[in-house]
Amino acid sequence: MTLLKVKNLEKQFGGLKAISDLSFSVPENIIFSIIGPNGAGKTTLFNLLTSIYKPSTGSIFFKDKEITGLPPFKIARLGMSRTFQNLQVFLNMSTIENVMVGCHLRSKAGLLASAIRLPSVIREEKEVRRMAEEALHFCGLSEYKDRPAAGLPYGLLKKLEVARSLASRPKLLLMDEPAAGLNDTETRELCQLIKRICESGITVLLVEHNMTLVMEISQRVLVLNYGRLLAEGPPEQIQKNPDVIAAYLGE
Amino acid sequence: MKRLSGFAIFAAVCLLLPVIFPDNYYVTVVGLTIFVNITLAVSLNLLMGYAGQISLGHAAFFGLGAYSSAILTIKYGLNPWLAMIFGAALVLCLSYVLSRPILRLKGHYLAMATLGLGIIVHIFFVQADELTGGPDGISGLPTLSLFGVPIDSDIKWYFVLCSYMLLSVLFSLNIADSRAGRALSAVHGSEIAAQMMGIDTAKVKSYIFVFSALMATIAGSLFAHQQDFVSPESFSFFFSIELVTMVVLGGLGSTFGAVMGAFILSILPEVLIVFEDFEVLIFGLILMVIMIFLPEGLFVSLKNRAAIMLSKRESGS
Amino acid sequence: MDQLLQFLISGLTVGSIYALVALGFSIIYNASDVVNFAQGEFVMIGAMSAIFLMKAGLSYPLAALLAIAITAGVGLALEKFAIEPAKNATVVSTIIITIGASIFLRGAALLIWGKEIYGLPPFTSNNPIKIGNATILPQNLWVMLGTAVTVLAVKYFFDRTKMGKAILACSYNKKAAYLVGINVKKMLLVAYGLSAALGAAAGLLVTPITFMSYGAGVMLGLKGFCAAILGGMGNSMGAVLGGILLGIVETVGAGFISSGYKDAIAFFVILLVLFIKPSGILGKGEAERV
Repeated sequence: MTLLKVKNLEKQFGGLKAISDLSFSVPENIIFSIIGPNGAGKTTLFNLLTSIYKPSTGSIFFKDKEITGLPPFKIARLGMSRTFQNLQVFLNMSTIENVMVGCHLRSKAGLLASAIRLPSVIREEKEVRRMAEEALHFCGLSEYKDRPAAGLPYGLLKKLEVARSLASRPKLLLMDEPAAGLNDTETRELCQLIKRICESGITVLLVEHNMTLVMEISQRVLVLNYGRLLAEGPPEQIQKNPDVIAAYLGE
Repeated sequence: MKRLSGFAIFAAVCLLLPVIFPDNYYVTVVGLTIFVNITLAVSLNLLMGYAGQISLGHAAFFGLGAYSSAILTIKYGLNPWLAMIFGAALVLCLSYVLSRPILRLKGHYLAMATLGLGIIVHIFFVQADELTGGPDGISGLPTLSLFGVPIDSDIKWYFVLCSYMLLSVLFSLNIADSRAGRALSAVHGSEIAAQMMGIDTAKVKSYIFVFSALMATIAGSLFAHQQDFVSPESFSFFFSIELVTMVVLGGLGSTFGAVMGAFILSILPEVLIVFEDFEVLIFGLILMVIMIFLPEGLFVSLKNRAAIMLSKRESGS
Repeated sequence: MDQLLQFLISGLTVGSIYALVALGFSIIYNASDVVNFAQGEFVMIGAMSAIFLMKAGLSYPLAALLAIAITAGVGLALEKFAIEPAKNATVVSTIIITIGASIFLRGAALLIWGKEIYGLPPFTSNNPIKIGNATILPQNLWVMLGTAVTVLAVKYFFDRTKMGKAILACSYNKKAAYLVGINVKKMLLVAYGLSAALGAAAGLLVTPITFMSYGAGVMLGLKGFCAAILGGMGNSMGAVLGGILLGIVETVGAGFISSGYKDAIAFFVILLVLFIKPSGILGKGEAERV
């Protein structure tokens, strides 16, 4: 089944066309990577998919439903989640509280019910805590659960964003340069984590600069250059594509 | 319940104080001011501390509650409780309608908008003298009765206001530690990430704005009956600033921080009165000094310091 | 029609004062990202200092100059003792600090000068001039002229002088400015001193018309803040425009609708503008980078 479909997507900022006539599809249960030189429009694409930017033209379909122009929280409710290139961790909360926010869609206690603290709310809180601990465990963060997020090092914060997104049980997880700033050990751990995420039934859409990582774990790779689709296919094909090589190394 | 042990102690102290110190001016009279201020500070903290939305006009809601109670009971002879409900309903609608456009603003713009709101409401209290009695205000509110008991003495008012204050503190503590509270903090921490977790940030901000306003409005109605008098002076921009100061002084985002801040700022004028002409100057100085050297607020700083000392003792140094 | 002209004259006058206060706000905001709630007190201190220096026997011009210098000194002290120690504080913290400073300065003024209302003599004779069926006081003209000259001088300072450009550099990026050798601390002091001097100038210009007391700075400060936001926070010329616009709208509104609600009109207009264009008339929208 096609999980995500992008048709003729365009994004213009004043005179600059950040994304031009982009169309592609992402099937279920794979790791799909988007690569391209700096400035190619990768993060812009993510921002368009999650509705942080509105496209100038074109449409986006998620699970065969048009999501173009929907507010970001509605897209999240349909099953899309995302980690950020510039970390957007909730530094004002503890590690586990961050992940518990991820469980927001899997719980329902409202403001008044929480204020009065009905028995159903108490039960739900226990359940939410359990779900969060599960997500933390999946990402290897269990020992840090009660630490203030602001006290964690960079590498762990990146994992925390992943755990937070996983707690919402998305169908599609967008990861924006998850390997940025990580050392070799951390990158290898990330590789394993992404593979485990895909194995658990979540489709991963990845923007990355680290070619080793991309080529090792992706089933499909899309190359963006100057906001246009340059090539798309299995990693081995992309690696040998002369246009791709030229775009990265210059003519 | 370990979670609420602090609250239990606090509640016990508040309720036992007039028993231990009967007929004490500081307990029964100053105590009333402190309870009202604590309620207002706690309600503002939900909006400013948890959700991170600056509001420099909170006194407006307090005033709307007070004035609607006064006007509806005196001019229209409505039952005091009905008047209170009516006032709350009015503020519910008003704050909800205003919340959407106001909370789209951020930072200084939001501060300005809430400031403007507060000042407009205050000017209305002063200028619409046919309705509000103008700068002289209105007096002679009917006695409030609770379950057939008229609340007509300081000590009865002590328990009424104390109970409402404790209820508001309890609600705030419950919210802080809940899905709703986490959603608020998420909005404060990163609105974009909050959205990506499925939180309708505009709705969350709007709801807490209304909730916070209602808490203040009901406090206003009770205040009006207790004082037997309302005048614009109590609901000015200066009071809004005092409320913000209470919240920040104790520590933004902490319920007991707001309690402490309200307590200190309520008794400070009583303490400073000794200094007569220097009162205003010293008040300003204290404000500056605390914010410069203890920016996380007094309560939060003390809590952190205590935590550090305790962990040092545990590791045996 | 004549009424409108009269209102426009009054509006331009009070608008000029708002413009100067707003400009002072804008300069401090640009230099240090701080919204200075004590801005209105600079106006009050400037005027009150001049009044009492004259009472002590100094001539008007000398008292005025000294008053500006004293107020500038207060601005420097504010930066050095209240702002600099808290340079890493949050937005809300710094708002409280400047509010504390504003209360402190008012308390000091109360102590030194008491609660009475004082006036300053007009700069020249006070014979009203007739324009059509409207009258204008010479002092109104002085206010408008004084404001225009001051604004142009400030614009020249920031556009053409090395120090002015250095302060602007600090406002864009403190670290970068520091790295190219700009003494950021000194530039901040200059910015605050300049802002305070602007406030004092406003006080000197307006007191012959509206008198002054220890608490009169508050509303002026708030309206100046309004005007700065109206023009787009951080946009200096926008602040000036905002001030003038605010003065005119307020006076015309007070004249035609109701004078009791005068202040409410100003804030009502601000709310409307903020609801429609949250970044102000000349402000740029803020984009968050993710």
